[in-house]
Amino acid sequence: MSSIVSVRDLRKAYAGGFQALKGVSLEIEEGEILALLGPNGAGKTTLISTVCGITVPTSGTVSVGGFDTQTDFRKARDLIGLVPQEINLEPFETVMNTVRFTRGLFGKPRNDAYIEQILRDLSLFDKKDNKIMTLSGGMKRRVLIAKALAHEPRVLFLDEPTAGVDVELRKDMWDVVAKLKDSGVTIILTTHYIEEAEAIADRVGVIAKGEILLVQDKADLMAQMGQKQLKIEVAAPVTEIPAALSNYGLEADGTTLTYTYDTNGERTGITTLLNDLQNAGIQMVDIQTQQSSLEDIFVGLVKEDA
Amino acid sequence: MNLIAIQSIYRFEMARFFRTLTQSVISPVISTALYFVVFGAAIGSRMENVEGVPYGAFIVPGLIMLTVMTQATTNASFGIYFPKFIGTIYELLSAPVNFLEITIGYVGAAATKALIIGMIILATSFLFVDITIAHPLAMLAFLFLTALSFALLGFIIGIWAGNFEQLQLIPLLVITPLVFLGGSFYSTSMLPPVWQTITLFNPVHYLISGFRWSFFGTADVPVGISLIAIAVFTGACMTAIWWIFRTGWRIRQ
Repeated sequence: MSSIVSVRDLRKAYAGGFQALKGVSLEIEEGEILALLGPNGAGKTTLISTVCGITVPTSGTVSVGGFDTQTDFRKARDLIGLVPQEINLEPFETVMNTVRFTRGLFGKPRNDAYIEQILRDLSLFDKKDNKIMTLSGGMKRRVLIAKALAHEPRVLFLDEPTAGVDVELRKDMWDVVAKLKDSGVTIILTTHYIEEAEAIADRVGVIAKGEILLVQDKADLMAQMGQKQLKIEVAAPVTEIPAALSNYGLEADGTTLTYTYDTNGERTGITTLLNDLQNAGIQMVDIQTQQSSLEDIFVGLVKEDA
Repeated sequence: MNLIAIQSIYRFEMARFFRTLTQSVISPVISTALYFVVFGAAIGSRMENVEGVPYGAFIVPGLIMLTVMTQATTNASFGIYFPKFIGTIYELLSAPVNFLEITIGYVGAAATKALIIGMIILATSFLFVDITIAHPLAMLAFLFLTALSFALLGFIIGIWAGNFEQLQLIPLLVITPLVFLGGSFYSTSMLPPVWQTITLFNPVHYLISGFRWSFFGTADVPVGISLIAIAVFTGACMTAIWWIFRTGWRIRQ
C-alpha cells in the first residue's frame, strides 16, 4: 500500500499565538480507515481543516494523491470529501439540490443517477425532495455525508461523525463507513469515542495538544489491551512467593497477589494458578480482574504529555 | 477555470431569489409604485418640469438606480454572509474553486437579481408616466455596470460583516443617503452652489447622472466622467476582493 495523504511537519499558529498544531507528520495509507483519537482541543479539527484547505498552515506541507494542497489545490481537493463536525446546511434547500450543488462546486457534471444512488445507500432517498430544515439531526448528518461523497472523492474526512448521535444511528454510520471502505475510499475519522475507533478503524492515531503521540495498527493496540490482570486478595500478607508458584510471574503487594495473563492466549493459566495457590496453603479472600483498555492507554498517553 | 462551479453557485443563488419571489420582487415593485404615487402624481403634478422633463418621468432613472443599487448590495452581501452565518462556507473553502470563480458566481447572481428588479421597475413606471428612452443600449450598459459594481460592494460587505446588524449598516447608513443626496429625485442644478460642489464628491451622483442621460439625453455631469467614475468604483471593489481572498481576511484562518 502507498500513502495517499502525506502530512509533513505541519504547524498552525492562530493569530492569538495559540499553537493548534506543533509539527504534525502523518502518512495515511490508501484504502485504510484511520481513527484520530484525541480530547477536545487536541487539534483534530485543525488538522483536518488544514488538509482540506479551510485553514492555511503556518508551515509544513500536505499532499493528497501526490498533489500539494497549496500549489496544486484543485487536483488535491478533487480527491477529498469532508464531513464537518457541525451540521452546516442550507435549511431552506432540498436534499437533492444541496447535494447537486456540492457536486457542481467540485466541477463535476450533473449526474442525478449517481447522487440518487448515494442517497439510497444512506437511506435518504425518500427524503430527497424534503427541505433540510424538516429533517432530524441524524438525517442531516447523512446529508452531510452525501454532500461529501457527491463528487466521488477518494479520501473522506469525517470530523466526529457520531458526536451527539444515538446508538442505533452510530451503528448505521459505521456500516456506511465500512461500505465506503469496501468501495476503495480512504477514510480518516476523528472521534473521542474509543469504542468507535475500536469498532471500525484499521489504524489508530492519538493526538493531544497539537502533536501526534502515537499511530499504531489497531490489532497491535488490541494486543496490548488483551493483557488482563487477576488480583487475588489473600488472608495473610505474602512476603515471598512460594517456589511452587514461581512460574506465574506473580507480584506480591501485602495481601494482594497480581497475575497478568493474555486473554487472546490459548490458556489463561487461571485454573492451574488457583489450584496451585490452594495446594500451597494460601487462603484466598477475594478475586477480581482488570483490563487495560484503549482508554487507559489513551489517558496514559495524554497525561504523560501534560 | 471551474465553469461548472460558477454555474452551480449562480444557480443556487438564483434559486433563493425564486424561492422568495414575494420578498424579492413584489416588495420593491410596491415601494416603487408608492414613490410614483407620492412624488410623481401627488407632488409632481404641482412641480414644474426639471431640465425640460416632467417631474414624474424625471425621477424614473433615480428610482431604478436606488432600487438596483440597494438590491445588488443587499443580495450580494446576504449571498456570501449567509453561508458564513450557517457555516456552509466550509464547502466553498474546501472545493477546487478560486476566489474569481466564487466572486463571479455570487456577484453575478446578485447583479442578475438587481437587473431583473430594475427592469420590472422600469416596466412598472410605464404604467404611471410617459417616458421614452433616448439611448436604450447605453441605458442597459449603465444599469448593468451599476448592478455589477454594487454587487461587488455588497460582496465585500458580506465578507466583512460579523452579524446581521453590520450587514444592514452600510446599505442603510451609506448607500441610501448617498443615493438620495446624489440627485435621484432632483437635478443638482436646483441646489445652492455649495451643495452642488459637495455633491461632486458623491460617487453615486455620477452613476445617476449618467443613467439619466441615457433616458433624456441631458446630464448634470458629462457622460464620459460618469463612465470613468463607475469604472474606478468597480476597479476598487475588485481590488478589495482580490486582496480579501489573497489574505483570507475574515474567511480563511
